[in-house]
Amino acid sequence: MNGVFDLGGTDGLGPVNPPDSEPVFRAEWEKAVFAMYPACVGAGYFGIDQFRHGVEKMDPATYLTSAYYEHWLHSIEAHAVAVGAIDPDELDRRTQHYLDNPEAPLPEHEQRQDLLDFVDAAVSVGASAGRRTVEQPRFSVGDKVRAADISPFGHTRLARYIRGKQAVVVAHRGSFIYPDSAGNGFGDAPEHVYTVKFSSEELWGRGFGDPSGSVCFDVWDPYLESIDEKEEARSA
Amino acid sequence: MSTEGPSRQEATAARVKALESMLIERGVMTTSMVDRIVDIYENQVGPQLGARVVAKAWNDNEFRRRLLDDATAACREMGIGGLQGEDMVVLEDTDAAHNAIVCTLCSCYPWPVLGLPPNWYKGPQYRARIVREPRRVLADDFGFTVPDSVEIRIWDSSSEMRYWVLPQRPAGTEGWSEEQLAALVTRDSMIGVGPVKAAP
Repeated sequence: MNGVFDLGGTDGLGPVNPPDSEPVFRAEWEKAVFAMYPACVGAGYFGIDQFRHGVEKMDPATYLTSAYYEHWLHSIEAHAVAVGAIDPDELDRRTQHYLDNPEAPLPEHEQRQDLLDFVDAAVSVGASAGRRTVEQPRFSVGDKVRAADISPFGHTRLARYIRGKQAVVVAHRGSFIYPDSAGNGFGDAPEHVYTVKFSSEELWGRGFGDPSGSVCFDVWDPYLESIDEKEEARSA
Repeated sequence: MSTEGPSRQEATAARVKALESMLIERGVMTTSMVDRIVDIYENQVGPQLGARVVAKAWNDNEFRRRLLDDATAACREMGIGGLQGEDMVVLEDTDAAHNAIVCTLCSCYPWPVLGLPPNWYKGPQYRARIVREPRRVLADDFGFTVPDSVEIRIWDSSSEMRYWVLPQRPAGTEGWSEEQLAALVTRDSMIGVGPVKAAP
């Protein structure tokens, strides 16, 4: 989707202002939201691509101005409601309850070793998105390619600033879950992933792009067009 | 009592607590689960791990080659790896080329070697500008000058590949131990927005 989250190349947002230091979590609620991510993935509410798409669908003004973990809260809540695990009216009632009584305790519950083991395993092993496909890779290192100039409505990782731009394949990474399928709830549908390199002048134009700069970007196979194929199609 | 509405912090905290209470009742999460994962990323997994990898690469050419060939496997040799670093690629800085990483589409970052990203890395300003005017961002926002003679390569983490930077070894560190070298490696140098510390 063509959303504001797709920020690469946007002007006018102001300076970065990195602080000298900051805590990992700036408030207690950030810790709880951070833990909800593995909890809800473990419960099967969403996968990482759907999670990202949930963030992308936030109100754009809120997205740009809110604390980072508010993005997570928005997506977790939306998915938990969508799968029927959370009743939104009940969530509203409890929110009011904790607004009126900020120190009110969480429900009593038993601690569970299986959930701690799940956290430890998730952190130390992770969850690779690598998936086998029977398709052979269509491109090789050194191939000249063009990023597809298309605007999918759902989740995609085809950023606007690379669309229609010419690049060179610098690596084939193997095959992985395809975000345009998985992020929209249609399953893994793995595709080959390549790293392609765009010159800064190709992206921003001569006089505007850094003359000795480049951007490397990872693309799934359907994001790429062979330049030769395209030219053949034109002349046919 | 104030008659004003709740602050944004208060409103968000209440919303989170409400959602947490319901997820607890569903059996999906517990408070000790929160404590566990917070302890891991506050006290265990952080840029000191990436610094150890960099120091080893500086001191061991064979390891450096393995790291550049397959960073995930090389880091596993040191017991380092896992969530959000399942497929890592290390980018080697040279006299001719400088590398920096970004995730323009969200906040992707190599957690197993750098921990959780700083807020500026996840914020709109850095994500918007680093792919468009990298030299100016590094100079103006980070006080880090990359000479015009050095090529600048920005790596946008659009897939699950996780990139991070192997900075150049500082001069005057011949014969140093890996522990001494690791103390010179900064988080920002592995993102590509800052230098390593100079040898005293």
